[in-house]
Amino acid sequence: MTSEFVQAVLLTILTSSIPLILAAIGELVAERAGVLNLGVEGMMICGAVSAFIGAYDTGSALIGAACGILAGALLAAVFGLLAIYLAVNQVAAGLALTIFGLGISGLIGKSYVGLKLTNASHLHLPWLSDIPYVGQILFGEDYFVYAAFALVLGVWLWLNKTHAGLQLRAVGDNHTSANTLGLDVQAIRLWAVLFGGGCAGLAGAYLTLAYTPFWSPGMTAGRGWIALALVVFASWQPWRLVLGALIFGGATILQLQAQALGVRIPSQLLSSVPYLATILALILLSVSKRGKANAPASLGQAFIADK
Amino acid sequence: MAFELPKVTLTLREAPSRLRTFLGPILAFGIAMLLGGLLVALMGKSPWQALDVYFIHPLLDSYNLQALALKASPLVLMAIGLSYCYRANLWNIGAEGQFVIGGTCAGAIAIFTHGAPDNTLWILPAMLLAGVMGGMVTALIPAILKVSLGVSEILTSLMLVYVSQLTLDYLVRGPWRDPKGFNFPVTVTFDPAATLPPLFDGARVHVGVLLTLAIVIIAAIMQGRSLFNFAVRLLGLAPRAARFAGFSEARITLIVFALSGGLAGLAGFMEVSGQINQLQPSISPGYGFTAIIVAFLGRLSPVGILVAGFVLSLTYIGGEAAQISMQLPLDMTQTFQGLLLFCILSADILTRYDVSLAKART
Amino acid sequence: MPDDFSEPLVRLQAITKRFGSFTANDNVDLELRKGHIHALLGENGAGKSTLVKILYGLLAPTSGTILFAGTPVTMTDPRAARALGIGMVFQHFSLFENLTVAENIALVLPASLSRAALYEQIAAIGERYHLRLEPARMVWSLSAGERQRIEIARCLLQDPQVLVLDEPTSVLTPQEADGLFITLNQLKDEGRALLYISHKLEEVRYLCDHATILRLGRVVETCVPKDHSARELAQLMVGTQIAEVKPQVSQHVGEMRMAVKGLSLAPDQTHGVTLKNIELQAHAGQVLGIAGIAGNGQSELFAALSGERLSGNAQSIFMDGKAVGNRDINARRALGAAFIPEARFGHAAVGDLTLSENVILSQHAHGLVKAGFLRRRAARAQAARIVEDYDVRKTGDDPLARTLSGGNLQKFIFGRENSSKLRLFVIDQPTWGVDARAASTIRRAIVDCAAAGTAVVVISQDLDELFEISDQICVIHEGHLSAAVPASGTNRAEIGLQMTGGMNGV
Repeated sequence: MTSEFVQAVLLTILTSSIPLILAAIGELVAERAGVLNLGVEGMMICGAVSAFIGAYDTGSALIGAACGILAGALLAAVFGLLAIYLAVNQVAAGLALTIFGLGISGLIGKSYVGLKLTNASHLHLPWLSDIPYVGQILFGEDYFVYAAFALVLGVWLWLNKTHAGLQLRAVGDNHTSANTLGLDVQAIRLWAVLFGGGCAGLAGAYLTLAYTPFWSPGMTAGRGWIALALVVFASWQPWRLVLGALIFGGATILQLQAQALGVRIPSQLLSSVPYLATILALILLSVSKRGKANAPASLGQAFIADK
Repeated sequence: MAFELPKVTLTLREAPSRLRTFLGPILAFGIAMLLGGLLVALMGKSPWQALDVYFIHPLLDSYNLQALALKASPLVLMAIGLSYCYRANLWNIGAEGQFVIGGTCAGAIAIFTHGAPDNTLWILPAMLLAGVMGGMVTALIPAILKVSLGVSEILTSLMLVYVSQLTLDYLVRGPWRDPKGFNFPVTVTFDPAATLPPLFDGARVHVGVLLTLAIVIIAAIMQGRSLFNFAVRLLGLAPRAARFAGFSEARITLIVFALSGGLAGLAGFMEVSGQINQLQPSISPGYGFTAIIVAFLGRLSPVGILVAGFVLSLTYIGGEAAQISMQLPLDMTQTFQGLLLFCILSADILTRYDVSLAKART
Repeated sequence: MPDDFSEPLVRLQAITKRFGSFTANDNVDLELRKGHIHALLGENGAGKSTLVKILYGLLAPTSGTILFAGTPVTMTDPRAARALGIGMVFQHFSLFENLTVAENIALVLPASLSRAALYEQIAAIGERYHLRLEPARMVWSLSAGERQRIEIARCLLQDPQVLVLDEPTSVLTPQEADGLFITLNQLKDEGRALLYISHKLEEVRYLCDHATILRLGRVVETCVPKDHSARELAQLMVGTQIAEVKPQVSQHVGEMRMAVKGLSLAPDQTHGVTLKNIELQAHAGQVLGIAGIAGNGQSELFAALSGERLSGNAQSIFMDGKAVGNRDINARRALGAAFIPEARFGHAAVGDLTLSENVILSQHAHGLVKAGFLRRRAARAQAARIVEDYDVRKTGDDPLARTLSGGNLQKFIFGRENSSKLRLFVIDQPTWGVDARAASTIRRAIVDCAAAGTAVVVISQDLDELFEISDQICVIHEGHLSAAVPASGTNRAEIGLQMTGGMNGV
């Protein structure tokens, strides 16, 4: 195999795992605080369309990314208001967010369908980027790759090494005790959910700014849901999440490369690989037993404060 | 924290008042309409015209009223099944996939008996059975994974939606494509023996709606009266109490998933047999997800669901009309549905609790 | 010892707290002095917890003032209380199971504290007050006594002037309680003010300098507890005379109703306890008491005895000679057994269901269902009968269970399960969190039930209760069950020692 081919494969794995990492790391923080936000898909698609519009209208990918983050966080705020402050069932509120997000993204992006963005977000570092096999991947990718890995590292450090991270984990473990100690459970959860929304928005922004240079309705194609499964698969540990995302990235290239190699498999079967892989991953995790014990103990339960 | 966020406190009411319980969904619908109108206005269209096109016009003639019933039927069927899951605190969100597989299985029989000689009265019942079984099996996958391995049913049921849609897509574009179909990705048109007859001569509505109505009535009789409904409710309220009562969590889980999958499959059968009359890459404009909203708007009760089914059906009919007459994108329908679900969920909380913003405790 | 006439460190003046129409605290005064241990006495529901939550900033009083060192203060949250120097040890620990001991403690300390400094401080406080702690352990793996030490250490690290302890001995063995008293006396001698909440009167008489007694939210008496007998204090708390339950000395051992043979069962919960080779016999006409500290396998044992969980081995449990190890709870009910689990809400009963629906909950197989449909009228009649027979206080005709007080709901549940035809009755924590009068009613009924020929198994953390009603006593510790001994042939100290595993395998 040529080095170009290997490089192309590795690159495909990486690029298809980046949106999953970004969305999943945000959801991981929300879930560690005890909030299950099933609206990732909705926040992600709104991030995608907003980023595209921002970048297209201003010509700046950076502004586009900022728009994506903002859109994701805005949707998360609506969810937070309902699920955290009104104690609405988190599963139902998350579903509502996804339905709403898919709809409104179509509305907003109506007049942008079919337009193309001139892609300008790639880095190129002389020498380093030219190292065979890995050079292009490590040093030639777009900013999102760095952002994704920086986020994972940052979240890991923050959760485990800072006092605020400890407070967040405490809220996710037992919100009644946290309240008794004087932590503002609702506020901490809202911040966590907003962070999750921002990350989902950024993941969406990646799709329109770096992955493909255009916007099409429904383009997230279930990635938000897969990100949710990844958090479970990673047993709520940031680094395992990267591993999981890369495996999913691998599943995606199967789909692309198999056809290139002339394997006669229906495209629909290949397209369903990520979804089947998600189910398989969840099964494997449950069989291994270890995973479940790591779930934040108050995940999905609304906190209702005393007066 | 940079600034102090307010503390919201919820106080459980001694008993939810009947008035609030009744008014809640109506108020929710009103607020969702207000927000939807605002959105329409932001898009530079007239909210009044939208109101007319969406919610008034479809009610004015019999042709549209029949269309309304046709779309309400699958929504109501699926929502009734889902209401059992949600009462048990089980989150089947894959009704869309169960509907698609139900339709596909029913369609398979129609396609394989295509052109068969007369005297084929068994075809429709066989299609019905195939549809129900197809939906049931699809729904039982997440249920079995949950009871045997503890896999969260939320994600697995949802993932199967994508797989179901791709399966139908593959069949329609591949092996089941009509060879005389000018290369369109559709199957043959079903024989009359595989088509649900109209309710009366010249009607758009097929006889399937009668079955839907019968199921609503049965569910309404069961509600609050049968031991099974009691067990489902108990499981949702307190799983340990359900175990203490001697009800098996695994058995109830399997039954409610089979029930909701079966009803979704039944709806899928009615759709392909009574409405589309062939298989095509997509046989549902998101009925399975809309049914979730119908279930909640109907407060998980059969009669409520019947009413809510018509309301949500209206958004589909109105959405299609608005696309033609007002150039409002179809996405408006989904956006409105999302808004509506937000409002219903909030209204439910306001019925159960007294909400107060805590003044800073000084 | 500092004199009694010094200015009190904390003074609660005319504190009133209302929840809607319910008055939890009515014009309560309370003074805490340096170097004193002050007892707050009262029944469940007398308003102790509410008052303490106000003192710790968790609840805001409806009216009244709090003076700290003579200055009026308002506390918006527990952090404000801690800043003033008020520390609190909760009855239901405010700990985080999936965090380490050190992390649990770090949560209330300044964010700037380094890990090394934190470990050093934990070690220092542990040495000074005899609080052995392992900072790196996860809390879920610790016993109740160890958990309490974390709570206390967490308080003391903030060097509080006032320390509030809510029912601190309710989860401790007598030996552990003695250790706690040493620590508390040391804190008192250092000049701190302690507020000690309890309903264990002997303890209060032994430990406390002053006592405030609450009844129905009001102060009924302030006194020196050593000057009164436990009986007098109890009367002040309850307001009426409490009948003592006299276990009848059983003349002979009746037939064997339930036999458990070599029952082992893995837990179904994440941090649950494994039952190991349980042997147990319940005889007609006798009460078998099972003592143990919470979390040693009681709920697992209850689930196994009731048939909520099956061990997979039919021969592990026999009822009247029939192997029922593989029969579920309703099959065992059909053989004449009844069960009451520990948790009233969410297990024995459901708050969001009406009383009659709560009757259907466990009695649906006893004539309340016809052809798959509920016989609601019969259920309402049965509920009304229970309410009548057991003097259950309620509002409305068929109210939601959550509107009943703990004691009344427990009486209702007891009445639902009890019947003259019972052959076996298994009860987990019959009077946990129940007011004294209801507790006395229930204990009386348990003894009567045994006298009528039922075999009764009572699992309880309350040693006083067990000695009051049991004929035979055994101890559960880390999933092991000791052999039963006659209650008259043992004593609290011996059982207490077994509860900590001190005499394992006896």
